Amino acid sequence: MPAQAPEVRRANFAEVNLGLPERIALLEAERCLLCKDPKCVAGCPVGINIPRFIQLLTEGKLPEAAHCLLNDNPLPAVTGRVCPQETQCELECIRGYKGLPVAIGHLERFLGDWARGHAQRPALEAAPPTGKQVGIVGAGPGGLTAAGELARLGHQVTVFEALHKPGGVLVYGIPEFRLPKQIVREEVARLERAGVKILCNTVIGRTYTLAELRARFDAVFIANGAGLPVFMNIPGENLKGVYSANEYLTRANLMGARRSARAGTPILTGRRVATIGGGNVALDAVRTAKRLGAESATIVYRRTRKEMPARAEEVLHAEEEGIQFEFLAAPVAIQGDARNWVTGLQCVRMELGEPDASGRARPRAIPGSEFLVPCEVVIVAIGTRANPLLAGTCPELKLDSRGGIAVDEQGMTNLPGVFAGGDIVRGAATVILAMGDGKRAARAIHEYLRRPVSPARAPAERITP
Amino acid sequence: MHKIIAKASLSPQIIRLDVAAVRIARIRQPGQFVIVHRGGDAERIPLTIADADAEAGTITLVIQVAGQSTCELAALNPGEAIANIAGPLGHPTELIAAGRALCIGGGVGVAVVHPIAQGLKRRGVTVSSIIGGRTREAIIFEPELRRLGEVIVCTDDGSYGRRGFVTDAARDALAAGGIDIVYAVGPVPMMRAVANLTRPLGVRTIVSLNPIMVDGTGMCGGCRVSVGGQTRFACVDGPEFDGHAVDFEQLMDRLTTYRDFEQRALAACQEGDCKLGRR
Repeated sequence: MPAQAPEVRRANFAEVNLGLPERIALLEAERCLLCKDPKCVAGCPVGINIPRFIQLLTEGKLPEAAHCLLNDNPLPAVTGRVCPQETQCELECIRGYKGLPVAIGHLERFLGDWARGHAQRPALEAAPPTGKQVGIVGAGPGGLTAAGELARLGHQVTVFEALHKPGGVLVYGIPEFRLPKQIVREEVARLERAGVKILCNTVIGRTYTLAELRARFDAVFIANGAGLPVFMNIPGENLKGVYSANEYLTRANLMGARRSARAGTPILTGRRVATIGGGNVALDAVRTAKRLGAESATIVYRRTRKEMPARAEEVLHAEEEGIQFEFLAAPVAIQGDARNWVTGLQCVRMELGEPDASGRARPRAIPGSEFLVPCEVVIVAIGTRANPLLAGTCPELKLDSRGGIAVDEQGMTNLPGVFAGGDIVRGAATVILAMGDGKRAARAIHEYLRRPVSPARAPAERITP
Repeated sequence: MHKIIAKASLSPQIIRLDVAAVRIARIRQPGQFVIVHRGGDAERIPLTIADADAEAGTITLVIQVAGQSTCELAALNPGEAIANIAGPLGHPTELIAAGRALCIGGGVGVAVVHPIAQGLKRRGVTVSSIIGGRTREAIIFEPELRRLGEVIVCTDDGSYGRRGFVTDAARDALAAGGIDIVYAVGPVPMMRAVANLTRPLGVRTIVSLNPIMVDGTGMCGGCRVSVGGQTRFACVDGPEFDGHAVDFEQLMDRLTTYRDFEQRALAACQEGDCKLGRR
């Protein structure tokens, strides 16, 4: 995959990867063995018919290949960029047993981008209107996927988004250099052309309650995301210069802090920035810090490179951009000066012990091994927990022990006709898993709405922006 | 888009905007706020809903010019619009069911006290208010509060009402006894002073906090405050808390995080196209 040179890209927000040229994409497609029992498909959370679109690609039938891909995955230009392919489809690829697997993600991105740029992109067939109405909470990857599927099935869909722009984590979380926002805008516009209504600035649990949505819609899908950032409860977390990754990335991405002289949202830049965590969010934050001018931008992670949950390509890109890594290090305190500005992150060295419940080696602190990472900004990227806003105003909705929404195999909650998916069910996960939930929920909702008798709806207030 | 229906200048630095927001006007409760985003490159800022007219479908926002965002909002005129308003956010005020309440407001905080006093009055609670500002011009919402009960006005310079801080008048009111609860909203030092006054008397005191926020829905954690030794998010856990448990020093400190940026931006804004600065 061609990419911007590291020394150039670490000072700009333009996309790192440049995409495969058509000739290379077709050559790569030729490497696919078109397995009779394709393991890659089983490894895909949305079950894309990978050999089929690759075969069409090798035949040079780009419109047909794109149509095939879009039929299974409404957002290939997004997932081709942000999916952890190495732990999903590409992990299962037979080619990978000996040498490199087929670069399925790169091919998906190639076709997704081809479809974006071509007017002859075939429209997906839509079923005739059913007269049923579905309300969706959250315009992130899960909600948008469900919206697209349900619209294709003929249902009238309204999506409620709390922020002022649709896209969820695709716009507030994932930086421009990994996912250009133009792609999200195009996808949202495509859904709107398909008849999906998106109402921004609408906070379910505050602007409308779940009860009001149930009264107004034949079915509801909750995909409002994980929400609340987790802090470590160590001394110094409320010093000036400590951010959650959510806040840091929202300021930089959604609010465009420092992107123009007119940007009204400030962000602390810091000469030295330490980011705590080993996932994609931590890498997005630390690489953003570098681009905002940090001389040193460091990842502090309690395990080693091998255990990092981030996409392999992002770790590689971060290394190329000069991101420093403090592996086997756990924060114990954040230090500040007399005026409460951050001056450093006090850490303790770790060693790996026995595997824990997640199968990863459990880190243990080495006594007396404390050391300081000097920095002016600390970004905490260790995960999120469930946002209480929606559930707090709907006590009859059943939750799991972590405050997430409990669902059955169909993705339905304990309330008939109310489905849920994505991070609010799984805890912090990935874009593609949320999309998979959206797709499954759309099918389950479709089945639910096809039942002979739909529960009678009370006359309800019209919901408008 | 939310059209500006009416605009009034309440003091040299405080503007009142009545803005179309049909749904919020109908369901808002005392103590709740909205996140306002003027559009484009603007910042998202929290503003308390000072009043609402459910029939007209408008909410009242009271804006004190403190930085670029407030400067630009204050420059909007009737007919212009605010692109995004989300809400109502936050927990409604914990209103007592009966008895006597003392509502204390300082500066622009008086606009936050107003809906609380309205809510109390509606429940039949006896409301008295103490409101303050630096000078006569800085006193806002006095007629509105007079409709709800007794009002004592304090100015720092004695140019109107009683000379001195609201806490001085509050001390006298509390000494007279019979007050079941105190609601205090204003600059952080004022809320801290009121909490210090009521703590030894054991009078429950609710304060409304104004930390820096981005999304207002719990997602960013930027509005975290220490209450009773625990970190709470003002947007989803508040914005009102037990004044006797709040770490006001930390709140004051965190509010200075972007002071340099705000002062530079405000200066640039007032030199530039901001109509308020040109006046």
